[in-house]
Amino acid sequence: MKRRLITTGRIVRTGFANFFRNASLALAAMAVMVVTLTIVLFSVVANAALTHTVAQFTGKIDISIYLNNSVTDAQRTGLMDTLKALPQVRAVGYVSKDEALAQYKEANKANKNVLEALNETGGNPLPASIEVTPTDPAAIDQIQQVLGRPEVTALEDAQAGTSYSGDHKKAVDNIARAARILKQVGVVAVIVFGIVSMLIIFNTIQMAIFNRRDEITIMRLLGASTWFIRGPFVVESIVYGVISAFISVGALYLLFMLSSAALQASSFGLLDIGYASSYFYDHFLLLLTLQLTVGIVIGAASSSIATRRYLKFKIR
Amino acid sequence: MILLDRVTKTYNKNLGTALDRVSLHVEGGEFVIVVGQSGAGKTTLMRLLTREERPSSGKIIIGGIDYDKLKDRDIPLLRRKIGVVFQDFKLLPNKTVFENVAFALEIVGIGRREIQHTVPKVLDIVNLVGKEKRMPLELSGGERQRVAIARAIARQPKILIADEPTGNLDPKHAWDVINVLEKVNKYGTTVVLTTHNQEIVNKLKRRVITMQHGKVASDRANAQYEL
Repeated sequence: MKRRLITTGRIVRTGFANFFRNASLALAAMAVMVVTLTIVLFSVVANAALTHTVAQFTGKIDISIYLNNSVTDAQRTGLMDTLKALPQVRAVGYVSKDEALAQYKEANKANKNVLEALNETGGNPLPASIEVTPTDPAAIDQIQQVLGRPEVTALEDAQAGTSYSGDHKKAVDNIARAARILKQVGVVAVIVFGIVSMLIIFNTIQMAIFNRRDEITIMRLLGASTWFIRGPFVVESIVYGVISAFISVGALYLLFMLSSAALQASSFGLLDIGYASSYFYDHFLLLLTLQLTVGIVIGAASSSIATRRYLKFKIR
Repeated sequence: MILLDRVTKTYNKNLGTALDRVSLHVEGGEFVIVVGQSGAGKTTLMRLLTREERPSSGKIIIGGIDYDKLKDRDIPLLRRKIGVVFQDFKLLPNKTVFENVAFALEIVGIGRREIQHTVPKVLDIVNLVGKEKRMPLELSGGERQRVAIARAIARQPKILIADEPTGNLDPKHAWDVINVLEKVNKYGTTVVLTTHNQEIVNKLKRRVITMQHGKVASDRANAQYEL
């Protein structure tokens, strides 16, 4: 136990010493690692911001079912219960005739002609309506099927019928598609750069090993365990990963600070920078942990593979 | 201590056998000299003992460890029990004499205090007191080889294998090294020495195993060099 502790201490110390000894090689490995990790970080934050944007637009989509005046309270609540029971429905609301009139007057209070016309007709020409909010834009089609049933259409106002916020739907569809494509591009970029940085770290470690292969041979002949030889290399590349993670998180931190202060831009295309930066600050520790994990995994995996063939026992 | 039973090693069928049914028995505390011309199988024999090679057939048991049952990951444990000295020293050029010896102890997880205590004692045995801070390149060949011996015996192995340790040395330095080996043997370590040096063999008057064409040609106590 004590020996294991001493050995672990020596492995870590040697790893750090090698890190400084290989400074120039380490720099190249870390540069690629920083790019990789920044891409990972950027895709995570962009993904969150896009999801947020889509959700915002989705919340604005709704379906209004205009009811004819003969619908009883029981029929109305019956229909509302049916709709509430659908998995595609997030919320169901009711706007009575009086509320509809009040809303209408409020919306047109600047337009005296409209108000006068309303007063002239007397009574309330506006129908009551049930407002349905779907869970997501794609759910509208399924809700539509339910609304097409004869027992539902019987309750509808003959003139107004049902209105779908059609324009909204198209816009949201477009945004959702763009978000999906960006996500896919993000995943591909993360994978490609992940592999590239693994290869480069792999090479860096192999060069470091090549420089010290005599030492490794001697260590083997003296009975050094596999981990005593491999450990320092793994520690060294984990150090690459940790430093790179801090650099990439720091870089994005700076970027958000600059963009909110200097650019004063609230969005970049579909990307809501305001939301992205608040997401970044709110999840700072989580994102830092993610970056550290990815960096450490890339470093440890590539150096473990790189050292493998130098650790065979048949060497001299 | 060392037992070989009909050990055969073939590297490549076209080249014939490097070792051909070699059987040996070395008792604990013995000093054995293996002689033979180049290609006679001396080095192959040494590499089998340190488990750098596997025998093609036959049985090897050293210090109670049966090589057939030895897993790859336990090879380090075996090598810690055997001290090895090479013709080309195999010292780490960027470490001092002290660090080179300490290195063998660090590998095994021995604490710093024990290392500080052990290394000077071992350097005393090989007559290198006062040269602790020298780098290997600042030393003569004989001194370097004695550093290598110090490193090999620092962990107090039961067996010390010295493969042509005097091969690169002039006669005076060669004797310095041989004297140290005799001293180590006196402390109870089994020593297996391979050499070409006729004078050393004849003066030591120890058990001599003569190898020829991969076979044991003769195996005699208090013997002379006879090739």
